[in-house]
Amino acid sequence: MMTEAQLNLAYLAAAALFILGLKGLTHPRSAVRGNTIGALGMLIAVAVTLVDQGVMRIELIALGLGVGAAIGAVLALRIRMTAMPQLVGLFNGFGGAASVLVAGAVFFTAMQVAARAAGAGGGVIAVTPQESIATAASGLIGAVTFFGSLVAFGKLQGLVSEKPLRYPGEQAVKVVVLGASLAAAVMIVQTPADTGLYWVLAAAAGVLGVLLVMPIGGADMPIVIALLNSYSGLAAAATGFVLSNTVLIVAGSLVGASGIILTQIMCKAMNRSLANVLFGGVGAVVESAEQDDLYAGKVKQTSGEEVAMLLKTARRVVFVPGYGMAVARAQTAVRMLTEALEHDGVDVQFGIHPVAGRMPGHMNVLLAEERISYDKLREMDQINPAFPQTDVVIVLGANDVVNPRARENSGNPIAGMPILNVDQARTVVVIKRSLSPGFAGISNPLFAADNTLMFFGDGKQAMEGLVAAYREA
Amino acid sequence: MGNTVGLITVFVLAVFVGFEVITKVPPILHTPLMSGSNAISGITVIGALLALSAGESTFTTVLGFTALIFATINVVGGFLVTHRMLKKFRKEQ
Repeated sequence: MMTEAQLNLAYLAAAALFILGLKGLTHPRSAVRGNTIGALGMLIAVAVTLVDQGVMRIELIALGLGVGAAIGAVLALRIRMTAMPQLVGLFNGFGGAASVLVAGAVFFTAMQVAARAAGAGGGVIAVTPQESIATAASGLIGAVTFFGSLVAFGKLQGLVSEKPLRYPGEQAVKVVVLGASLAAAVMIVQTPADTGLYWVLAAAAGVLGVLLVMPIGGADMPIVIALLNSYSGLAAAATGFVLSNTVLIVAGSLVGASGIILTQIMCKAMNRSLANVLFGGVGAVVESAEQDDLYAGKVKQTSGEEVAMLLKTARRVVFVPGYGMAVARAQTAVRMLTEALEHDGVDVQFGIHPVAGRMPGHMNVLLAEERISYDKLREMDQINPAFPQTDVVIVLGANDVVNPRARENSGNPIAGMPILNVDQARTVVVIKRSLSPGFAGISNPLFAADNTLMFFGDGKQAMEGLVAAYREA
Repeated sequence: MGNTVGLITVFVLAVFVGFEVITKVPPILHTPLMSGSNAISGITVIGALLALSAGESTFTTVLGFTALIFATINVVGGFLVTHRMLKKFRKEQ
């Protein structure tokens, strides 16, 4: 056993290490150390809790820790980098589930203790308002996080259609389920003795989580993943209030803040409000009529040989990768072409839009895995001024984030969205299967621009063909 | 009630600290930030340990045990996968 002061000081140390660990993530140089510092904080928190609790149920605890650690380690070490969005989605969900279960277990135990005391003639107040409110919040947020994350995982893994599921009366259905969840939460606070209500709450909130994520389409996934990340933190913080435990509250609120910031960044990069992403209808409609007029007779098709010749005379080349690169697994070929170009003295950089891919930072991880130096990975604001001095831009599997129609004031789903100004480069090569629209469902005048060449084909095969052609040229 | 206000104070201040620190994380590290913060939200593991130790009935023990597994997956998986990713970010050899 430890004194309460010792225990809380140890928790304070753990919380401080979490903050220092996150601070380490502000630069790639210090990031590995930061992550280790965070892990050390967690180790301290777990260790002092175990010491404080003595050896109560140690075999069950050891079993739970062992099984969880084994599953976590296998997932973490086996996962392909292209599948990182679904793994993070799944982990968000596990965090939510843990909060629901912990809050439930603590709540039921308190009720059982109170019932026994009442049986013995003692009139004991089972839970304080803080505990009952926090329990309801944990159940609500945690269940939305868990079930919402399962749907997000299913969509990213391809188990559920990535297309937005929209239906008549959709918003009304969500409002009704949200109302039911909130009603259950209020009833728990009013009559905590009715423990069955907790499962009613968790079930209603679970349905709400599913309903919230089903209508979200593929390209909006970065926002949803970031939002669920925030929720998993808030659920942990709520559980901290259930237990009056400061380290849970601090860690949970740090994660909650982190997820909210990422959500804001993603929304800004799409020029959309969070409400529009959650309840708006982007991605459900596809225009087609005006496409023929726009593209007819203006699209210039190219080949690997022609692009290779262009690259031979280029001094500055910028790659603009999108989700299509991840799907085609073309990043290895991108690295090979980068190496070949740099060998010939060409300056190669990467222009990365904040929402490229299926989660924040997705493209950077894929390129880092190919050992492409991180100082070549440029943010939108850094790379945009450089496009007019760029000889060749290779757009690989990206569409909406390079669509000049975003500069229009209104009238289309991406109006006002900040984009990568690739059309200002001398030549733009777009590697793409067809002229089909991107997630926003609108045509892209870039494909018909005078300085654009369309290289039709699978991203990986096209890039490999290009590498071969460049080496021969 | 005094204790509740104290906890709310901790919560609000931690949110501010979180905002300050995390706004400085560059976009290239946003994926590791998410997986790393995922691992930190696995702090619920503490709650699971407490719930499991205090469990009165089989039912609450099952809840606590399941929570412990979920939270430990989060902690171990989150820190490990973040480490794996961050090792890949390197500057020109």
